[in-house]
Amino acid sequence: MSRQFNMAGLQLSRINRRDQYGYSILAVALVAATCYSLSTILPYRVTALILLVTVSLIAMFFDIAPVMLAAVLSALVWDYFFIPPHFTLSIRDSEDALMLLMYFLVATVNAVLTYKIRLVEKNAMREEGRANTITLYNTLLNSLSHELRTPISAIIGASDNLSEPQKLTEKNKADLVGEISKASFRLNQQVENLLNMSRLESGVIHPHLNWCDISELIYSAVNKLEPELKLHTVRVNVPEKFPLFKLDFGLMERAIFNLVNNSAVYTPAGANITISARQGREVGPDSVIQAVVNELILAVEDNGPGFPKDEVNRVFEKFYRLQNSRTGGTGLGLSIVKGFVEAHHGSIHLENLPGGGAKFTLTIPAEISHPNQLENE
Amino acid sequence: MNSAEVLIIDDEVQIRKLLEITLESNGYRVNEAATAKEGLILAANHPPDLIILDLGLPDENGQEVLQKLRQWYDKPVLILSVQSDEENIIRALDHGANDYLIKPFRTGELLARIRSALRISLPVDTESAIEAGDLEINLSTRVVRKNDVPVKLTATEYALLSLLAKNEGKVLTHQFLLRQVWGPGYITQSQYLRVFVAQLRKKIEADANKPRHILTESGVGYRFVSES
Repeated sequence: MSRQFNMAGLQLSRINRRDQYGYSILAVALVAATCYSLSTILPYRVTALILLVTVSLIAMFFDIAPVMLAAVLSALVWDYFFIPPHFTLSIRDSEDALMLLMYFLVATVNAVLTYKIRLVEKNAMREEGRANTITLYNTLLNSLSHELRTPISAIIGASDNLSEPQKLTEKNKADLVGEISKASFRLNQQVENLLNMSRLESGVIHPHLNWCDISELIYSAVNKLEPELKLHTVRVNVPEKFPLFKLDFGLMERAIFNLVNNSAVYTPAGANITISARQGREVGPDSVIQAVVNELILAVEDNGPGFPKDEVNRVFEKFYRLQNSRTGGTGLGLSIVKGFVEAHHGSIHLENLPGGGAKFTLTIPAEISHPNQLENE
Repeated sequence: MNSAEVLIIDDEVQIRKLLEITLESNGYRVNEAATAKEGLILAANHPPDLIILDLGLPDENGQEVLQKLRQWYDKPVLILSVQSDEENIIRALDHGANDYLIKPFRTGELLARIRSALRISLPVDTESAIEAGDLEINLSTRVVRKNDVPVKLTATEYALLSLLAKNEGKVLTHQFLLRQVWGPGYITQSQYLRVFVAQLRKKIEADANKPRHILTESGVGYRFVSES
């Protein structure tokens, strides 16, 4: 609660200093004018309380200097317009003089205390942010040290063995060379993921939109995964005469690659993976399709075990790995997909299928070109 | 058999060592430079048949080195770089690089690119036929055969295929292909290229979805290979 409130305070304090002075003066002037017009029914000492509340409210949102200005200004205004005799700063009654002094003190103390509380809260939030970062950092370090050190160990071990070839059979040698190759590719894959993640984090990803043949896009990603998909059946469904979409080929290829790779890794041998594309449709209130929209809908589904129900919403989080996940993977693949899709102003959705298996759906707004007009030139 | 001389400009000792072993064991003669300055001097004093250039050199940006080289050096330059973003690749290709290979690379791939670059730098015989596995492209009769059966191609399809095939092994950028086949006014009309590549693949590939001849280079362009 207090944090929510503080957020509002922080947001208002983003109004620049000069404007804050303006708003302070305006608030005091408005309140004073209102009280003045009601001065026949409002005792002038009650007006002091109303002005005090005004200063307190200002203190909740603004920096200390504009608040002090409001305190001083309201004291002067009260003295000049409300304390008899009116329209002069002189005070007849000694009780009123004491009242004015106290008014000024309370307003000032109020301002300073509120300011201090806000400062402490700000620090606490910074502290909390830092703690979150440290937790994230530790998770990253754990999965990274595993993901990077395993293949590095394999490479060092294999090359150590190969440096004494007289002890090895020809088959051993060939196996060790194979291990080095495999480990290097795994290492490269992880580095690729980390680079993509840091590109996303630093916000330097700007999609280069170009006309894409969706079939070519999907197959380009799938063909790169041929070794990983040896034990799976892959189906690609792209409608006949499907239009071209304006997308970043490289980013979308990587997104599809990561999704299909994810399915390949987390489904048992023999599982089916289906990738389908269609154009978005607007559906009317009576679920009658009204019109096609400039939107690509890509789905990657498998008939594997699906995702645990309570983890479906967390899989796109950075470094998130399923509770009972097998080893391998840094938990970056799916968050990269999400990042690349969002770079296209699109969205990603994961659901478990009723018959078992998982389905990822990407919805990406994109310009469309119908190729029919271009053919046979 | 190959006695071509290759100059390697790369600041990493490990990469130079690896390239040296790979190239020498395949019959090439190798010269090395660790900096842009050294590389430019070596290239000028003793022009090699091919230059392998790293983009991340300590003393000068590789793209600038490439432009300096291209002022007088007309033999193949192959870029070998860790920079994998499309902009850098396209920029290097536009500035006259013959090919671009991203580190880490497979040595087999590197050797294939070198062979292809050296072959393309020979004058093209327009009277000859290009044999590419199950494909035969006769440049004088303009007849394309797949498994000895003639393939009907439209004029644009033929222009695209023959341009790709004449540059066998080399990546051609989208812009280059659009300018050469459709004309300078079409360099942003990449939808033409997408549609015609798809049509062409249906006609000449055994499986259009697993192309073996016209390969997609994501975000950069297309590359024709005889067999893969």
